[in-house]
Parts: sequence; C-alpha cells; structure tokens
Amino acid sequence: MSAPALLEVNVLKKHYKLNSGFFGGARGFVYALDGVSFTLSKGETLSVVGESGCGKSTLGKTILRLVEPTDGEIWLDGTRIDNLKSGQLRQMRRRVQVVFQDPFSSLNPRQKVRDIIAEPIINFGLASGSELDDRVAALMDKVRLPRDAMMRFPHEFSGGQRQRIGIARALAPGADLIICDEAVSALDVSVKAQIVNLLSDLQDELGLALLFISHDLAIVEHLTHRVAVMYLGKIVELADRETLFSAPHHPYTRALLSAVPVPDPSIKRERVMLKGDVPSPINPPSGCRFHTRCPFVMDRCRTEEPVLRPVGPAGQVSACHLDAA
Amino acid sequence: MSSWLFAQYPEAPALADVLPPRKARGKVAMFIHRYPTIVIGGVLLALVLGMAIFAPFLWTVDPTALAPAKRTRPPSELYWFGTDMLGRDIYSRVIFGTRVSLMVGFAVAALSSVVGLFIGLCAGFIRWLDTVVMRVMDGLMSIPSILLAIAFMALLGASVQNVVIAISIAEIPRVARLVRGVVLSLREQAYVEAAIASGTRVPLIIWRHILPNTLAPMIVQATFICASAMLAEATLSFIGAGTPPTIPSWGNIMAEGRALWQVKPFIVFFPAVFLSLTVLAVNLLGDGLRDALDPRLAKRI
Repeated sequence: MSAPALLEVNVLKKHYKLNSGFFGGARGFVYALDGVSFTLSKGETLSVVGESGCGKSTLGKTILRLVEPTDGEIWLDGTRIDNLKSGQLRQMRRRVQVVFQDPFSSLNPRQKVRDIIAEPIINFGLASGSELDDRVAALMDKVRLPRDAMMRFPHEFSGGQRQRIGIARALAPGADLIICDEAVSALDVSVKAQIVNLLSDLQDELGLALLFISHDLAIVEHLTHRVAVMYLGKIVELADRETLFSAPHHPYTRALLSAVPVPDPSIKRERVMLKGDVPSPINPPSGCRFHTRCPFVMDRCRTEEPVLRPVGPAGQVSACHLDAA
Repeated sequence: MSSWLFAQYPEAPALADVLPPRKARGKVAMFIHRYPTIVIGGVLLALVLGMAIFAPFLWTVDPTALAPAKRTRPPSELYWFGTDMLGRDIYSRVIFGTRVSLMVGFAVAALSSVVGLFIGLCAGFIRWLDTVVMRVMDGLMSIPSILLAIAFMALLGASVQNVVIAISIAEIPRVARLVRGVVLSLREQAYVEAAIASGTRVPLIIWRHILPNTLAPMIVQATFICASAMLAEATLSFIGAGTPPTIPSWGNIMAEGRALWQVKPFIVFFPAVFLSLTVLAVNLLGDGLRDALDPRLAKRI
C-alpha cells in the first residue's frame, strides 16, 4: 500500500493489572497487548484474526481509547491520539467509530432508533432540526433500513437489522475508520453475508478504512485486503490476503488456516493439529510465545523471541525463527 | 463529506410484512388489558390516598375526642369500627391514621431513593469512592433495620419527621447497593462504550444511558421500600418508639388495642386490614410498573 497511513500503531502495549484484593497491590499483569505495530491506509481493510483471548478486542478498544494503552503510540492521520486529553479526544472520536459484536447489547433498549443514530451527530454538532432528520433518514437508507423503523425500539428488530442500526450509528459522524469488533460473529450465515457485503459496499463508496476483528477466516478472506494474525498479544504474521491464504509462513497461521472447514468432503487435507491450549497471558512463555504448541519447535525458539521480519513478497512479515538465517 | 448522504439512495421498502402495525384499541381498555396489576394496585392506592386527603369529610368525628363512658364498644351503626378503651372512634382514627402511614411510606421511599440513587451512582462511577462508600453501606446493612430505626428514634425523639429520617437511613444502603450493582453492569454494556466512542460526555451518558435503565429496578425497589416503611412505622409505633401517641396512626391504634386483642379483636383488626391492603396495593403497583417500564417485557403487543 503506497497510500499514506490513516492509522499507525507503534509497539502498542496494554497490560491489565491483576489486583490481589483489599489493598490493590498488583499480583501480576495480563499481557493483553504486548508490542503490536501495524499501519492501515485510507479505504483499506485490515483484518485481525486469532483465537479468543489473544488480544484482538483489546486492540480495538485501545485504538478507540475505551481502554487506556500502557505503552506505545497510536497515530491517526498524522496526529498522535494515544495521549490526547478529553477535549481533543472527543474530536478524535468523530473519526474513529465502532461496530460491536453483540447487536443486542450494543443498542440502548430505551432509545428509539432515531435517537440512537442521531446521538453522535448531535454530540459533534453536525446537524440539528430538520437537517438532523434528513441525515438520519439518509443513513437509514444507506444501511437499507426502512424509514418507518425510526420511531421503533431496538427490541423490535432482528439481529441483522440491529447490526444495521449499529453500522448507521458508526457512519453517522462521518468517520474515516470503523473498527468492527467481531461485527458479524453473532449473526446467522445468510445475514452475515448481507452485513459483510453492506460493509464492503460502504467502504467502496465512502473510502472507509476498516479494522475488522474476527475469528472467522472465511469471512476475512471474503472482504479483507490484509490480514494480521495475533497470538497472545502479539502479531505473529502480517500479509496481504492472497499471500496469507496461499503461502502462510508462520506455523500458527498454517494451523489456523488448516482449521477452516471446506465444504467438500472428498478433499483430503493435511490438518496441522495444535496440542494443548493457549498459554495464559499472565505468564506468557519465554522466547517465542508459540513454542509450547509449535510442531516445528527448535531450541532457539525457547530462549530467543523472534521479531517480525520480511519473509515473502508484498510486505509479508512473520515472527518465526523457521528458515531464518 | 455529506454529499453521499443525500439523493442517490432510494427509500427502502416499508416494514409491513415483518412488523404489522399495532391494532387500534381504546387507550384505557388496552392499558387495563396489558397491565392489570397496575390498575388494581393503582385504584386501591388511589382509594387509600383519597381517604387520607378527604379524611375530615368521610363521616368522621374528632379522632382524639375521649369518651370514657363509651369504651370498647363493638362495631355498630353509630361506631362503625367500634371504640377503643378511651372511647375514641376507631373508624375516625383509622381514616386519619391513613395520613401518617401514607406520608411516612411516600416520604421514606422518595428520600431513600434519591439519596440512595446519588450514592449508588457515585459509587458506581468513581472507583476510589466505591470501596469506602460501599463498606459503610455494608456496615449499616449489618444492623437490623428496625433496631437502627429504634436507636435513631431514641436519639431524635418521637415525631413523624424523625420516623421518616430513621427509616430512611435504614433503607438507603439497600437502594445504594442496588443502584451501584446496576450501574456497574450497565457501564460495561456495549451501548455505553459505543456512546463513549461517539463522543457523548459523561453526564449525558449517565442521564441518557445509565439512569433510564436504572429507573425500572429503582421504582420496584421504591415501592417495596414504601410498603416496608409503612410496616416499619407501624412497628415503631406499636412498640412505642414511633409516631407520638397523640397522633392516630395504624401502629398506634394496634399498640393500644394489643392488651385487649383477645376480648376485643376489632380494635386491632381494622387498622391491620387497612395496613395490609395498602401494602398490597403498593406492591401490586410496583410489580406492574416493573413490567410496564421494561420495553423488552412488553408482552401482549
């Protein structure tokens, strides 16, 4: 990608303190994010994939500043946003919006659809009066919701329709970047496809950048430009879609890909089976964090932590000692 | 940036098939049909309230007028509920006693709700305050509320106002704890995070997203408090630590009739029935309100 980066994340860390109880002394830390770096350009989709607990959602929330980063830098369009104070932070929020996973808890049950979509517009003073109504109506058309839904409450809608309301809310302030935190994971397959298509249509039209957090590789392959694979708070591989799905480098990526179901029982595949569970992010393994489950583990992996290095064409990077010099 | 917003999109088709329009029905009939408990509780409570307001016009006599010659008369045409051992008309006393009970119930519910809501919101939103305030509340809650009220009454002296304060202090921790719990669970909700992400300021988040969702459990709790405050007032009066004996209250009437209850049970019976019915009415109302206030529980739409 040669376009200038809209979002740049540099060695971002988020360590949650484990409180031991009454006096609040730290018993240790959960290393939810441990040095994550990537860039995202205008109009691009970057998917973040990984098992549950690997820090995907924390990454999204940290960029949104719903969670304060422990260390590292976040740049949005040339402005550093990880240390903004409340006033400037609010202005930043206009440009970065979010669509959450659960379409049932992400909408206030006591607000009408109109008020939900209008809230960010009013917050940023973007419109009022009849202009506000026009704008809400236009957003509802945009996400293909009927206009007579405006005066209804969220519980009167299906999951897919609710997710459309959530998307309309995210579009409302005219954001450049939308973080989709498992935005389609809670939906039925057919609805999932509709929402994914809606998202990519909107991206094409509005030039939105999407940070698409997901564990569903089939969906990711359908809509993304680039993919970042996370494992225990770190990005282990980052590549464009074609490269990652055809020539994955990191053993973890290969294992993930081999776990994607293929709808043809006659195809024999070589499954890379992983042993054991994800280690605890409280005490991550030394060296390469994946060494406890890696089928190709070497002595070097246990002591030396691999860094992201170029391994293929088109900017494929991977953090693995395998066939390294 | 708003050019895309207009014109190029046709309006999406209406929802007709998915969500049929609501049937038109008489407003009153529909309300009774949907919320029978609110109607029953509300009507009962309205009757009691009317009794309290119009007490002097409901064929009552002076509830404190003594008539030693006409002591402990059984109910008759002249004395509908009979007379007590000082010859006072129990009917008049019960009707006037409604005032004290309702006033104490409503005042305690209002006072403890407002104070408890405030404490609960603060504890739920300000982390360092949480530990301190909630431990104090736990401490207050560990004392049986009636004992706490008795202690305060002994400290403050007998008056209706002090009864309200004493019972409120015992009830505030319950509200505060409830509100704090609701606030803590609400602030983790995705829609609150979405509101933060869309730039809503904290006071507005509390006002728009936290408070409305706190109100339903609060109102249920308030009606419960109202009912239990009436009972507590009666209890305090019964043991002589509540409303001063010069003011007729249901607790006082029962306390005075206690010694005679085996031979003249009507002295205790009438105020007890009124107390039970009033408490029932308030509880029915609260129960109905909880259903009505929760949009997700709106069943028979």
